[in-house]
Amino acid sequence: MSDERDVIYYYDGTFDGLMCCVFESYLKKEIPLDITAHGSDQLSLSEIKFIETNTIRSERVIRGISKKISEEALLFIKYAFLTCAPNKDVLILDYIRKGLLYGRKIEKMLADDTVNLLNKAVYDLTNESHLFKGFIRFSDSGGYLSAVISPKNKVIPLLADHFVDRLRNEKFFIYDKSHRMALVYFDNKAEIMENIDFEMPDADEREKDFRMLWREFYDTIEISERRNPRCRMNNMPKRFWENMTEMNRSDAYTGSVRSISENNYPMIR
Amino acid sequence: MELSEKLRILSDSAKYDAACTSSGTERRGTGGEGMGNTFAGGICHSFAGDGRCISLLKILMTNYCLFDCKYCVNRRSNDVPRARFTPSEIADLTIEFYRRNYIEGLFLSSGIIQSPDHTCEQMIETLSILRSKYDFRGYIHAKAIPGAAPELINRLGVLADRISVNIELPSQKSLAKLAPDKSKNSILLPMGHISEKIMENKYEIVKYKSAPKFAPAGQSTQMVIGATPDTDLQILRLSEAMYKKYSLKRVFYSAYVPVGDQKLLPPAGTKPPLLREHRLYQADWLIRFYGFRAEEILDETHQDLDPMLDPKCNWAIHHPECFPVEINSADYEMLLRVPGIGVRSAQRIVTARRYAKLDYNDLKKLGIVLKRAIYFILCGGKRMDGLIVTKEGVIRQLMSECAVKENENKSFSDMQISFFDDKNIFPTLEDRVKCLTREM
Repeated sequence: MSDERDVIYYYDGTFDGLMCCVFESYLKKEIPLDITAHGSDQLSLSEIKFIETNTIRSERVIRGISKKISEEALLFIKYAFLTCAPNKDVLILDYIRKGLLYGRKIEKMLADDTVNLLNKAVYDLTNESHLFKGFIRFSDSGGYLSAVISPKNKVIPLLADHFVDRLRNEKFFIYDKSHRMALVYFDNKAEIMENIDFEMPDADEREKDFRMLWREFYDTIEISERRNPRCRMNNMPKRFWENMTEMNRSDAYTGSVRSISENNYPMIR
Repeated sequence: MELSEKLRILSDSAKYDAACTSSGTERRGTGGEGMGNTFAGGICHSFAGDGRCISLLKILMTNYCLFDCKYCVNRRSNDVPRARFTPSEIADLTIEFYRRNYIEGLFLSSGIIQSPDHTCEQMIETLSILRSKYDFRGYIHAKAIPGAAPELINRLGVLADRISVNIELPSQKSLAKLAPDKSKNSILLPMGHISEKIMENKYEIVKYKSAPKFAPAGQSTQMVIGATPDTDLQILRLSEAMYKKYSLKRVFYSAYVPVGDQKLLPPAGTKPPLLREHRLYQADWLIRFYGFRAEEILDETHQDLDPMLDPKCNWAIHHPECFPVEINSADYEMLLRVPGIGVRSAQRIVTARRYAKLDYNDLKKLGIVLKRAIYFILCGGKRMDGLIVTKEGVIRQLMSECAVKENENKSFSDMQISFFDDKNIFPTLEDRVKCLTREM
């Protein structure tokens, strides 16, 4: 498009912030070279604009998307925001611009470059979150279940509904080490927290027993005549192994784990 | 006996059951005391060293057994350590594993103790503890015990999500020889009974909202491959018939792993026929999702699936009159028949071509794998640039590399009686190509 301008937008990393970037782009009739959440120290030759987050503006954009494109497209954009695609912010802007032009048809324009790249990123996100529905391993410490994961995408918002429904009478905690965010479910209330640190408490005897039983089961269920490590790795890539009870047998468990707990519940700072 | 030792013995005896799926039913949790839900697509929780999915806690109630089926590790005459779980032990273990997200639910089977009815009652008790005491709403797959009373099977079906009866062997002759205590009837009767109950239940649920669901995830079965001389055609016909008659959700094929030396069976040390099992699954998928009939895949002159070519490629090569197909206009059913294009790819093509005419680049963007498809398609009336299509060349490209390698390394002697001492008599890659192009 002709409105491309040598400018980079910085925003605060929230979804509302990104929507304000979209607003700014329409307001100034310009398309930024890049949109980025983390103001890097890299010396840039382009002009830099800090976009302030303003919920009145972001809500206008969000309303616009759901009215002029579709509700599905809005959900898709929210998902795209959680992905780890390297230039997702610019892609989302382009998607919204095209969407406002073509309407809901945009969802089906699979051969378009932007749609295609975002589709792949979202596919990767939903796929990863599906895998974690199976690969998450909780440890019980005094009635509290806690788990650590290291995903590529921000999968926690996609996991919340599933685990809250499944373990509704438990108290649990899922910590995303890569993005320092967590899902906390306590007293039938779920909350997603950001910018926190967490360390897994040591396992007590009962917990160790169940880990041992599970490993015993895992080892025996294999038919050794059919051994096929390649196939296992395709289905369950090695990056998941660190946090899985049956794959990581060093009972230090998640590597950097130390016990810092008081009254047996992991601290959240 | 220690719990861990019991678990080892009873999961070791259960591991030859192929089914470990947790799919077929969607159920949310409730506001009740318990835990659990199910997800229609199923969830794999881990993968064992053999690459198979672990989704359910797969165990036997007990591996003591009255029966003496020759292909089974737990046969009466086999000298293996035996153990027995109590119903509450199994229920507790399931709950503790489930809380920690190790598993999606329970797969419960059993050797036959005292009588089929008694065994079935024990299983019902276990499932009742889970469903009533713990209000467990996760997935349960129960094995129907052949010979148990229909009322007991009914009670089992109300508690379980999926229920299965193993057909065990692909022909009655093999069954009579290897499983003297089971007859075709003792297997097909419960299978028919379960499928009737499932059909009945569909009406009940429509009529009364509160009617208990009977095996909402349907029925499946399993057979052993390679223990008997049955051909792939027989196997596929049987599967097709079972899918039709009993509306089974799945037929599982399990490559026979020798369990101790038996006169009637392949000797210990024989490698399980994994490639054959793989080809059967491919053919099974063609029947269930791609609109193929068993007769299209195999016929009386070709009774076994080709190890070198997957069944879909094989069909395509022998039906040159159907190809090439135009990506921008072919109907969905025909797209599905193109080697390399699966359900997802075909759906994407149909969606995307409404908005733009597709060329080869677009296909790549859609994630369509062109490696095999390329020889069978046109985009805008054109082949891909520079592509030369000769029958021989195509076959060479389509043959699976690993299958070729495996066949070259292996002498055929363990699979068939050899009349020649000279190893060179076995077909080389060149010969295979010629043979498939029907030049030989």
